[in-house]
Amino acid sequence: MAFVQLEGLGKRYGEIDAVVATNLSVEKGEFVSLLGPSGCGKTTTLQMIAGFVEVSSGRIVLDGRDITHAKPASRGLGVVFQSYALFPHMTVKDNVAFGLRMRKVPTAELQQRVDRVLKLVRLNQHAERYPRELSGGQRQRVALARALVIEPPVLLLDEPLSNLDANLREEMQFEIRRIQREVGITTLMVTHDQSEALSISDRVVVMQAGRITQIDAPYTLYEHPRTEFISGFVGKANLLPGERDGAGVVQVNSGGELTLSLRPEKIDLRDKGQGRLQGHIVSRFFLGSQWLYGVSTPLGELSVVRRNDGSAPLNEGTAVGLDWDATLLRVLTVDEVPA
Amino acid sequence: MSTIAAIRQGRQGYLLSAPALALYISLLAIPLLLTLVLSFNVFDYSSGINGDAYTLGHYSSLLGDPYFYEIFLRTMWISALTTFLCVVIGVPEAYILSRMGAPWRSIFLILILTPLLISVVVRAFGWSLLLGADGLVNQTLQAFGGSPMKLLYTPFAVVIALVHVMLPFMIIPVWTSLQKLDPAAQQAAMSLGASHFTVMRQVVLPQIMPGVLSGTLIVFGLAASSFAIPGLLGGRRIKMVATLIYDQYLSELNWPMGAAIAVALLLLNLLIMLSWNRMIEGRYKKSLG
Repeated sequence: MAFVQLEGLGKRYGEIDAVVATNLSVEKGEFVSLLGPSGCGKTTTLQMIAGFVEVSSGRIVLDGRDITHAKPASRGLGVVFQSYALFPHMTVKDNVAFGLRMRKVPTAELQQRVDRVLKLVRLNQHAERYPRELSGGQRQRVALARALVIEPPVLLLDEPLSNLDANLREEMQFEIRRIQREVGITTLMVTHDQSEALSISDRVVVMQAGRITQIDAPYTLYEHPRTEFISGFVGKANLLPGERDGAGVVQVNSGGELTLSLRPEKIDLRDKGQGRLQGHIVSRFFLGSQWLYGVSTPLGELSVVRRNDGSAPLNEGTAVGLDWDATLLRVLTVDEVPA
Repeated sequence: MSTIAAIRQGRQGYLLSAPALALYISLLAIPLLLTLVLSFNVFDYSSGINGDAYTLGHYSSLLGDPYFYEIFLRTMWISALTTFLCVVIGVPEAYILSRMGAPWRSIFLILILTPLLISVVVRAFGWSLLLGADGLVNQTLQAFGGSPMKLLYTPFAVVIALVHVMLPFMIIPVWTSLQKLDPAAQQAAMSLGASHFTVMRQVVLPQIMPGVLSGTLIVFGLAASSFAIPGLLGGRRIKMVATLIYDQYLSELNWPMGAAIAVALLLLNLLIMLSWNRMIEGRYKKSLG
C-alpha cells in the first residue's frame, strides 16, 4: 500500500462539489505536484489532507493509519502556506522551535535540531531576526524550516512560491527540490504554475473542476497530454485537425475529425515551398534564448519556437514552409470535464 | 515622499496645520492653562475668588485630607476593575466577532456599537431602573423567595454600568488588530501540534496586544474621569473624583479647589497611563515593531 492514499476523497460546499471522488497514491519519498487552474479543487484537497477542511466523503490513509477525521495537531504533517504564515512576534529561531516546544523536546536537543534545520535552509545567520526583517525568499525558507524541523512524514506545500518574484521563484524551486532530496521527505505541492510543477516534481497530478484528469511524470505529461485542456495548460500547443491513414499512422488533414497536438518547438521552419505546410510569418517575439513566431497557415495560426542560435531571425511577412516529424503528433481526447 | 519632506522643513507645514492648531490652543490649551492658574488662586467663603493672590493651600489640603485620598483611591480601583472586566469580556467578544461569517459579523458589530448612540444619562437611568430597590433584579429575586439586595448606589452598580458603557472602546481597537492577523498562522500553529488554547495564548494574544493596550488606555482614561454614571448610580455616598469636582464647583462654589482636584486627576491619570503604556509596549515593541 502506498505511503499516502486518497480513496474516493470528496468535498461538497452546499450544492457545489469542490473535489469529486479523488483517488491518489503517493509513494514514500516522492515529490508530487497538484496542478490546475484556480478553483479546480487542488488547494481544497491539500487542506483536507492537512485537516483544515472537513472531509465530505472518502478516506485519507497515511502510512496505514486512517487520518480522515484526525485533528490537524495529531496528524503531525508539515505545512507550508502561500502567505508563509510565520508568527510575526517570534524570532526566526522561535518560529522554527514552535513545533518542537509543542512536542516538549528537551532544550539541548531542540537547540541542536533548530540549528541543523536552519543550516539546511541556509538561514543560520538570521536566527535572531524577526520575520518582518527578512526578504520574501528568506521568509519562505523559515516557513519550510518550521515545517521540516518536526520531521513530519509528509510535507504539504500550498502554492509556496506564488508570492515571490520571477527570479527568486526559480531559485527557490531548485532550493525546495534540493532540500526535499536531502531530507528524502514525501512531498505534496499545490501549484497553478506548470513550469514549477514540471521542473521539480517526480509526478504531476492535473486537476480540473474537482477531478484528476491526468497523473504522469513531468516529461510524459508534456509529451503525451491526454486532453485539449492539458495540452494547452501544460506548455504551449498547436491544435490541428487530423486523421489516421491506412497504416494507422496519424496525419494532419484539414478534413479529419481527430484533434492533434503539436508543440511549437517540434516544428521546423523551411524555405518557401518545402515542408508539409505553407504559410507566412505574422508575428515575432524575442524571448532571449529563443524566438517565438506566429505563422499564418491554411490550418490557422500556428506558434513556432526556434532556438536563438545567433543567426538573423526571420522578418514578419516572410513566406515559409513548415515541417515536422509525424510521430510527434499527439491525438487528444475531447475534455470529459467542462472546463 | 519628497513633498512631505519639503512640507516638514518649510513654514508651509505650520500654515497648513494652523486651523487645527488654533482649535487645539483655544479649546484645549487655554482652558487647561486657566484651570491651572485658577487652582493656585486664593479662595475665601466670604469674599470668593481672589484672582490676584496665589497660594499652594488647595494642593496641601488635597494632600493632607484622608477624605480626598479615599475618593481618589476609589476612583482608581473602580477604573482599574472596569478596565480589567472590559479586557476579560471584550477580547473574547472581539475574537468571536472576527471569526463570524459574513452577515452576522456586521449585524453584531452594529449591535455592539448601538449603546454609543444612546445618551449615557439614559443608559444610567436604565440601570437604576433595573438595580433599584424594587427594580427588575430585586423583583426577580423576591419572586424566587430571596430577600432584596441593595444594588443601586453601590460600587457594584457603578462598575457594571461603566463596563457596559466602555465595552465598545475595548472591542473596537482589539477588533482592528485582529483584522491584521493572518488566519493561516493559526492553522500553521495547529499543524505544528498546538491546541486551540495554546494557539490563542501564544499566537493570537501576543499579536493583538497593541490593540488591547490602546483599549485599556481609552477605557481607563474615560472611566477615571467619568461623571454621569457615578453621579447617577453611585449616589451621594459613592463619590468619584469627577463628581467631587462637580460638588466643589457647584455646591461649595470653591472653584480653585475644584480646579486643583481636576489638575491632580489629570496628572494622576497621565502618570498611570504613561507607565502602563511603557510597561506593555516595552514588552511587545521589539517583536511587533
